[in-house]
Amino acid sequence: MNEEGPVASSWTTGTVREVERVGDGFVKLRLEVEGRVEHVPGQHYVVRLRAEDGYTAQRSYSIASDPADPLVEIMVECLPRGEVSSFLHEVAQIGDEFEMRGPIGRWFVWGGTTPSLCVAGGSGVVPFVSMMRYATRTGAEPLLRVVASAQTRDKLPYADELEAYGAFIALTRENQPLPDGTERVAAHIYPDELVPLADGIERAYVCGSVGFVSFVGRCLGEAGVRSDSVRVEQFGPTG
Amino acid sequence: MAVTRGFTGRPRRGGDDRLPPGQYDTGAGWPTLTAELTPVVDVEQWTMTVDGLVDTPTTWDWRGVHALPGSTYFGDIHCVTTWTKFDTTFTGVSVDTLLDVTGIKPEATHVFATSTTGYTTNLPLADLTGGKAWLVWDFDGKPLTAEHGGPVRLLVPHLYFWKSAKWITRLELRDRDEPGFWEQNGYHDRGDPWLEQRYQGDA
Repeated sequence: MNEEGPVASSWTTGTVREVERVGDGFVKLRLEVEGRVEHVPGQHYVVRLRAEDGYTAQRSYSIASDPADPLVEIMVECLPRGEVSSFLHEVAQIGDEFEMRGPIGRWFVWGGTTPSLCVAGGSGVVPFVSMMRYATRTGAEPLLRVVASAQTRDKLPYADELEAYGAFIALTRENQPLPDGTERVAAHIYPDELVPLADGIERAYVCGSVGFVSFVGRCLGEAGVRSDSVRVEQFGPTG
Repeated sequence: MAVTRGFTGRPRRGGDDRLPPGQYDTGAGWPTLTAELTPVVDVEQWTMTVDGLVDTPTTWDWRGVHALPGSTYFGDIHCVTTWTKFDTTFTGVSVDTLLDVTGIKPEATHVFATSTTGYTTNLPLADLTGGKAWLVWDFDGKPLTAEHGGPVRLLVPHLYFWKSAKWITRLELRDRDEPGFWEQNGYHDRGDPWLEQRYQGDA
């Protein structure tokens, strides 16, 4: 798939077809997008809400769905006092229509041919879910390794799907049972854990909070990954 | 466009004409957005070059750029990810001061800015002259931190903030507009927040 993906230049309408509240503070929305343009895994949509007085608020959300999925799936983390995220959690229901624009972004994208390592913190896993689903459908799993970190399993959306894919999961506040019956003790990712996963890759993607991205960047460096092969997407304030 | 069922939005102050359309006030926060890992830039190694369609291509080192007459910006900044931060203070040197040294050839119309990381962004020359753009190293009286582009970044506060290239090292004057990093990736060539020029295709 060509990574020079489309960039939609106009707004369209997305209609909510499925809503599911999941885990600790996430809501999964699946939308039917009018005149949808097929995305490249890693791209995002802008969702815009409009009040009666014309006031608008818009936020960007990574796409979780496979490009072949007839619906566009996003997974929204409810942020404290989040103007858009709390609306999507508390108010949004099937049949609601939002203004949407996308797919957007040509940098944090994976076209399915470059051997890559993805490292996600918490809700940063969303763009990698799209990549995983695409890899699974096209038989490109050997080219895509995924690492996901969160405080607890409840704060890691798509945990079951990540496990089924064979992703490496690092929980920082609870022990993680391993397939061999042992446990990974709660801790941040160790550079040693990344070394075998980084072997042979040509690109790394890191998505998470500012602090997480900075931490993983150092770990990848220690694991021998060149900084100019790392693509970053980060969110959240630094104060 | 239709009203979103049940959406009222955050409380709004009446007549706040400092907030461009689609933006919100981030208050004391200052979110960051980068496409690359934050580099460590050694000020002893760093240089700033202004070249291309200028009379005298010039390179300054850290001391050299600090020896130029200083300048401070006080005002607002706007990010395409929809936050606006009011009342920021940045100190450095006006881009006009650099261009006074190099001169400008008459055929120059655009500027291509490059960071130490290889990040690039394109701007009309007119957006960098006339007291509208700076090279800055202090924020609110303290050295600019690395995640916000320190030790030195471009500041073009009247455009969306991706134009204010972090870890700036070069301004090349050109006679045509060529897209930089985000511009190749779907973002607008000019990026005026008051016209909501967020993505390619916006008027």
